[in-house]
Parts: sequence; C-alpha cells; structure tokens
Amino acid sequence: MRLDRELNCAQVVELVTAYFEYRLSADDAERFEEHLAFCDGCSTYVEQLRATIAATGRLRSEDVPVELQDRLLDTFRAWRVP
Amino acid sequence: MRELASTEEQELVEALRAGDEAAFMRLVRELGPSMLRLARLFVSSQAVAEDVVQDAWVAVLRGIDRFEARSSLRTWIFRILTNTAKTRGVREGRSVPFSALAGGDEPAVDPDRFLPDDARFPGHWAAPPERWEGAERLLAGETLALIEREIEKLPPLQAAVITMRDVEGLDADEVRNALDLSETNQRVLLHRARSKVRRALEEYMR
Repeated sequence: MRLDRELNCAQVVELVTAYFEYRLSADDAERFEEHLAFCDGCSTYVEQLRATIAATGRLRSEDVPVELQDRLLDTFRAWRVP
Repeated sequence: MRELASTEEQELVEALRAGDEAAFMRLVRELGPSMLRLARLFVSSQAVAEDVVQDAWVAVLRGIDRFEARSSLRTWIFRILTNTAKTRGVREGRSVPFSALAGGDEPAVDPDRFLPDDARFPGHWAAPPERWEGAERLLAGETLALIEREIEKLPPLQAAVITMRDVEGLDADEVRNALDLSETNQRVLLHRARSKVRRALEEYMR
C-alpha cells in the first residue's frame, strides 16, 4: 500500500489494521507514526482499537456440541479399524 | 492459538496416522468452533453445518496418509472443510452472493466526525474520540456480552473473520486460506468488523 501525501485523520483510521499487521510499507508506517505523534485524536483511536482487540480476545469460543464430538469420535474409531 | 512448530505439527500428524484418539479429539475441540462457523457460511442450518464438519473430518482422515505438509495442517483441514461446505451449499441450492456475506463498503468512522473538504484541515477530527475512563469496565462480563452481540450483528463473513482472528487467535494466512480470500480482503473484513465493535464500545464507555 502506497500513500503519497501527508495523512489526515480520516485516512489514518482506515489504516490501523494494516499497520497492526505490518502491511504498510516502511515509508507509510513512518508517516502513520508521525501522524500519531502529533494527533491526540488518532492516538486515542488507535489505543481504543487495541483495547477492542484485547477485549474481544477475552471472549470464549463456543464449545463443539457434545453430540457432535461423540459422532466424530465414532468416525475416528471406524476409520482406525482397517 | 499459535502456529504449531513444524516438529510439533509433524508429531500431531503422526499421532493421527497412528490412531491416537486423544490427539484427534484435542484437534476436534480446537478447530471445531471455527469449522462450524465456516460451514455455517455456506449451508442453511446448524444441523447441516455439523454434517459438513463430520464429512470434512472423514476426508481429512482419508487423506492424512498423503498429507505432505506443503501447507500447515490446520490450513489444509480448513481448506477441506470449506470445499466440503461449498459443495454441500450448492447441492442445497443455496448460493449467497459474496457481497451479502461480506457486507458493504463502509468507513471505519462516521464521516461526519471529520472536518469537511472545504475546511482548513479537511479530514481531520471534528469530533475526536474521547479517552475511555475506567478501562477495567472493558473486561466486565456486561461489556463482553455487548461485544458478542455486536459480532452477531455483523455480516457473516466479517463475523467469521473477527471470530477466527481475534477470539480464536488464528493468523491472517490461516483465515485467508480457509475462506479463499485475498490478503487485502481478509484485512478489510477484519478492519470493518473491529471498527464496528469499537464504535459500539465507544457508545457504551461514554
């Protein structure tokens, strides 16, 4: 991804995931970081997105239904028997 | 969930080949939630999604002797699952256009919160986000329930991507391969999903 001028806030908020995933070029990452250094609004925004990811990470994934687990175990046993 | 080290993965493959029940069931429980969620994208009901997961495991076990580790084991299993689910979806006469699954093109933040084009600093914050006070509230059960509800409201593909990435901890390549998405699409879907969850939290943390 290549950005050709100074970033504004509306652009920065669209780049946060790309930044987190190291998908910005070195130049663009530098521009992104420069913007954050002087922009409180965007720093707060990025912090909030990090906090959002962390909070989402606290959700527990659902369990596989026990009945399905039993079926799969049967499948495995049937496969194992030659 | 982290990328299995290749020796660890090799051991897992050997354990499956050797008929190790405990290893199989661990993998079933680890990958099961993502597999069901993926299957559900392509078929009409939870019951059919469960059948798809079973069919996919049958295919995995049949193929495990020929698995050559060109991709990670998990990526390979997800590919089999997705193919199985797509085939089943077609047979059910269910074809949902990608756009319906992925949701529309929407900005991360309401454009009204930025200064207009004719302003001195167009695109800069007019209404910047306020710091979240009492960050411990973010981890309260009530907040987590809110996040869960927000994810359920997302277009299915966005919900699948954020769940696999941020709840189940799969990496970008695993999700991209499982869903047959380009690297960019995977990221855009994740970004939209995260942005919407943040927006809901912003309302709540006010």
